Amino acid sequence: MSQGIGAAVKRKEDKRFTTGKGKYTDDIRMENQAYAAFVRSPHAHARVNNMDTSAAEAMDGVIAILNGAELTGDGIGNIICGWAITSKDGSPMNMGAWSALATEKTRYVGDAVAIVIAETNAQARAAAEAVEIDYEELPVAASLAAALADGAPQIHENAPGNIVYDWEIGENDATEAALADAAHITEMDITNNRLSPNPMEPRSAVAIYDDAEDHYTLYTTSQNPHVARLVLSAFYNVAPEHKLRVIAPDVGGGFGSKIYIYPEEIACLWASMKTNRSVKWTSDRTEAFLTDAHGRDHVTKARMGFDQDGRIVGFKVSTKANFGAYMSLFSSAVPTYLYATLLSGTYNIPNIYCEVLGVYTNTVPVDAYRGAGRPEASYLVERMIETAARELGKDPADLRNINFIREFPHQTPVIMNYDSGDFEGNMRQAMVAADWAGFGARKAESAMRGKLRGIGMSCYIEACGIAPSAAVGSLGAGVGLWESAEVRMNPVGTIEVLTGSHSHGQGHETTFAQVVADRFGVPIDTVQIVHGDTDKVQFGMGTYGSRSGPVGMSAIVKALDKLEVKIRKLAAHLLEASEADIVIEDGQVKVDGTNKVLAWHEVGLAAYTGHNLPEGMEPGLKEGAFYDPLNFTFPMGCFICEVEVDPQTGKTEILKFVASDDFGTIINPMIVEGQVHGGIAQGVGQAMLEEVRYSEDGQQLSASYMDYAMPRADDLPDFDVLHHSTPCTTNPLGMKGCGEAGAIGTPPAVINAITDAIGNNDLSMPATPAKVWAALNSAKVAAE
Amino acid sequence: MSEIKMTVNGKPVGGDVADNMLLVEFIRETLRLTGTHVGCDTSQCGACVVHVDGKAVKSCTMLAAAADGAEVTTIEGVANGGLHPMQKAFNDNHGLQCGFCTPGMIMSGIDMVNRYKAEGKTLDEAAIRHELEGNICRCTGYHNIVKSISQAAGEM
Repeated sequence: MSQGIGAAVKRKEDKRFTTGKGKYTDDIRMENQAYAAFVRSPHAHARVNNMDTSAAEAMDGVIAILNGAELTGDGIGNIICGWAITSKDGSPMNMGAWSALATEKTRYVGDAVAIVIAETNAQARAAAEAVEIDYEELPVAASLAAALADGAPQIHENAPGNIVYDWEIGENDATEAALADAAHITEMDITNNRLSPNPMEPRSAVAIYDDAEDHYTLYTTSQNPHVARLVLSAFYNVAPEHKLRVIAPDVGGGFGSKIYIYPEEIACLWASMKTNRSVKWTSDRTEAFLTDAHGRDHVTKARMGFDQDGRIVGFKVSTKANFGAYMSLFSSAVPTYLYATLLSGTYNIPNIYCEVLGVYTNTVPVDAYRGAGRPEASYLVERMIETAARELGKDPADLRNINFIREFPHQTPVIMNYDSGDFEGNMRQAMVAADWAGFGARKAESAMRGKLRGIGMSCYIEACGIAPSAAVGSLGAGVGLWESAEVRMNPVGTIEVLTGSHSHGQGHETTFAQVVADRFGVPIDTVQIVHGDTDKVQFGMGTYGSRSGPVGMSAIVKALDKLEVKIRKLAAHLLEASEADIVIEDGQVKVDGTNKVLAWHEVGLAAYTGHNLPEGMEPGLKEGAFYDPLNFTFPMGCFICEVEVDPQTGKTEILKFVASDDFGTIINPMIVEGQVHGGIAQGVGQAMLEEVRYSEDGQQLSASYMDYAMPRADDLPDFDVLHHSTPCTTNPLGMKGCGEAGAIGTPPAVINAITDAIGNNDLSMPATPAKVWAALNSAKVAAE
Repeated sequence: MSEIKMTVNGKPVGGDVADNMLLVEFIRETLRLTGTHVGCDTSQCGACVVHVDGKAVKSCTMLAAAADGAEVTTIEGVANGGLHPMQKAFNDNHGLQCGFCTPGMIMSGIDMVNRYKAEGKTLDEAAIRHELEGNICRCTGYHNIVKSISQAAGEM
């Protein structure tokens, strides 16, 4: 069976995970291990007047209690936001300082003020409880509305009115003019609910200081260990890069939340030097809710205008985005360049204008969570067009179809240039699989049982392959977003691929090996993927934004290209043939049309013995490449959801869910479909179950699995996942990326289905039974 | 402190443990069997499921002292060399991604198959989904976990 591109090869990495041999950060224990616990603010906004550690310091096993003044005194830098956004008026964003350990003020419940190091985890936690702090409570703004109200408490001195930026994109005057001439305008207020990413492995760090070498090692739950090392070195001044090794071993899911370099990792590294001990910290689940970056949390007003024929003429959007108490690493880009640039959706929209107000609140920092800006855009566009179809009395598929983009490349009014896609083809395939035509009969059957059946679709598009370095640099990004790879062929013919991408569930050890197998015909078991260690892999930007396929694998292809050139040259020399006649297949190097052949290991051995090389060729077989993408990639698809609502209780059951996606070239359909399944589940979670809630005084009311509704197996149906691919035209394999699509396309499909069932478009996420029941009955009252 | 003795994966183990030590801490920190994971603090996620005297137990809900005299099986001990049919089924059906919830899923899966067989009941898809109430996965959407357990049920 083929192990190359397109084969559903079983995963190489599974054995260690299914037998309990995975090595996650919390599984690591050093000699002389000490443990850290953090003293955290119980108040959402408070002045720290005095800290008394005497009782805690006297407790069993306590090694040290360190605070923010000592941290900043040692030159540890404030936490950065890596993307500078410029406001409408040309001013830079108003960023407040974020110290890893708060000094004068705490700004959210969970804000760390001190780190306790002790001999055991239990002793560290007990001592953290015993630290006495004199807090002076300050007024709290725990929501967008509260932070923007007149007289709202000032969270950071340099952000007047709690406004980080007031940004815009597109043409306001042209959009207003188009809307003024529109035959119909659909107007909606849309909230995108706040979520907690919740990878099942809580964050963890083991920091090891070697005083003899003045060298640090950090094991950490990271999606991008090189970015962690860069930031820890260049901005937080923990240690220069050559004195800091960051290792992200097996990582139990990320979904964005493990991109960022958090206060705990900085503090543990610093504390390991201060105490000359290896320091370990592992978050518990409540701590994860209180400190892992949250996602979404937008409030939007939007107007979409249509002409007499149903063609969209203009789209105006005004969004308020909640950033929480501090600006996390990529937070500023999420509601701007990852959101507003996707507001054209899959449609020809000649005029778009979007303005975004970024706002501080006394809540956990908000940053990228699976999809990051694109789910918010997709939810908005797809609810608007569905609602418009209902208002216009048009079939929602027909209204989408007359507005679909059909010619490529397509330049939208909001930066993006789509390279490829077959939007109608995807929609038609999903409609057939969902038996869209037979819905009426099923609805009637449900009605006979006293149930309300609804169907809804979304035709999402997103931007992945993040991103062309020069382009994002011109938009304010502080880093380039290329990827690197190195391919080493050993003397015995086995191959190691070193990649800057990081796998934390995506199956890179299998799919990346398939790309090599496809190129040379070698078995995937002879290919080893090396990632997650800054001492092994020179550099990399990591895994997020569905970039490991389109960007990470493109870098591998570039390195393989170079390796192949050398192999051909060497083989032509050894076989006394022309390079043009060399054929590499089935793990052998042959001369076309002859019986001359070299076994794979013979090529490796020849390169490393160096006894008989072509004139001027260096020994060895090792090639590296950096790949900088030419454009974003644009995965898209059509999701159709069919639900049944019990009108007595508002309980909603998903009966059928069809996803038809265009991911371009697919390396391993089994793994790609697994990514879609997981994304759909998180999308259903957002649509029906999940929401981070705060009290007015900033206490998180949903900080455990007793309170935050994670999707369980019986909340979900089996998913029908289909593909309808057009290759991406801007990278060598034609890949578009698949990691986030499910989370992006699902929420609007689910809510469009439920609102169809209940006959009321005014329904917000999560659509709990109570909300569905209320929306159903308010619609009934309105009708009477 | 309490002195405890138990059998873990067929081997006798024991020692003095703090009275508030959880079974999962004893397994992970004392025995250094790190395949059993901790994913929450409230006994919801099921990453820590082990078998105690043949029954699935969340090892974060049981004190180590309470397991005195018990026979405990962890993910490291479910197969006698090779792979248990449940482990193989998770690989066959892509029933795992990041792998963190997987040990608990496999331990719960084995337990539910054994119980349904003992009671002569059919473990269909709806039953598997219902039985997985106490195991949370964030990666797979459960689709392939259900397929994995279903396959293993036919092979065990």
